[in-house]
Amino acid sequence: MGKREVPEINAGSMADIAFLLLIFFLVTTTMDVDSGLSRMLPPIVPPEQQKDDSKIKERNIFVVLVNRDNRLLVEGEPMKVKQLRKKAKEFIANPKNDEDLPEKKATEIPFFGTYPVSKQIISLQNDRGTAYGTYIAVQNELVAAYNELRDELAMQKFGKKFDDLNKEQANAIKDIYPQRISEAEPKNIGGNQ
Amino acid sequence: MASKFRKKKSGGAQQLSTASLPDIVFMLLFFFMVTTVMRETELFIKNKLPEATEIKKLEKKSLVSYIYVGPPLKKYQGTFGTEPKIQLNDQFSKLSDIKDFIIAERDAKDEAEVPFMTTSLKVDETTKMGIVTDIKQELRKVSALKINYSSKAKVKK
Repeated sequence: MGKREVPEINAGSMADIAFLLLIFFLVTTTMDVDSGLSRMLPPIVPPEQQKDDSKIKERNIFVVLVNRDNRLLVEGEPMKVKQLRKKAKEFIANPKNDEDLPEKKATEIPFFGTYPVSKQIISLQNDRGTAYGTYIAVQNELVAAYNELRDELAMQKFGKKFDDLNKEQANAIKDIYPQRISEAEPKNIGGNQ
Repeated sequence: MASKFRKKKSGGAQQLSTASLPDIVFMLLFFFMVTTVMRETELFIKNKLPEATEIKKLEKKSLVSYIYVGPPLKKYQGTFGTEPKIQLNDQFSKLSDIKDFIIAERDAKDEAEVPFMTTSLKVDETTKMGIVTDIKQELRKVSALKINYSSKAKVKK
């Protein structure tokens, strides 16, 4: 009764079991990462505290209207989504100091010294009938305009892309080209539904 | 010299040891177990996301609440119609449910993490902006201001 032999467990099927589990997880895995355009909504301001928008000069606002037929009206003229990026870039940077494009204010910026920063604001208004796909396409073009300008400036100043800059450098560039996309309070453009 | 080479062959085909096979498989298994994200919600709506190029990855998935919007799938169209609907968690919801949904999401999280919470809008690209604007207004009312328009990566031309 003293010694009992411990039976050895056959581990040969271990691989099979592990394979089974492996295949299960392989099949159920979804590797897609969630991605998208990040935005901050403006906080709700009580009506009596609302700022007077009329103080902002017209030349500083880039108005983008999208109607229910998914057509664009940019600064008073009809436009295709494809053309929007170029137009927006021109507006934001205002390279020739055009009278109709935003004014600039000399601001002290690290790395750059005194730099004329434009007072641009992009105002995006859409109808309730606008398709979401178009809205995102427009948003995407506007963000792309900012990103391209930032990239160009980063390349010029630091010889690197904007994404590769360190935090201080990135912030300096963000100060020069701040992303200002304002969305108007909802209203109907171009007729009721 | 020649005999040295011949010696190896003489044993016939050498048996390959499979003892380390379970280890390798387990390693793979653990990799997939760790990276797996199980689908939490079953979608009742058609959800074809729009495409964009300037997208950013959403970080800290645990702090993201999802709002799905889109026309109901075919099998639900009999009961819910074809107009775009909002889906929160596992059910169709009304606009007014968003407030409670966000508050419930907030309660489930640590207080320190609340400012970093993001609301991801997964909206079908054919949806009209009206419903999206309404959702945005609701989110503003509960000051859930960080949002993300979920979209797929488009191949840059």
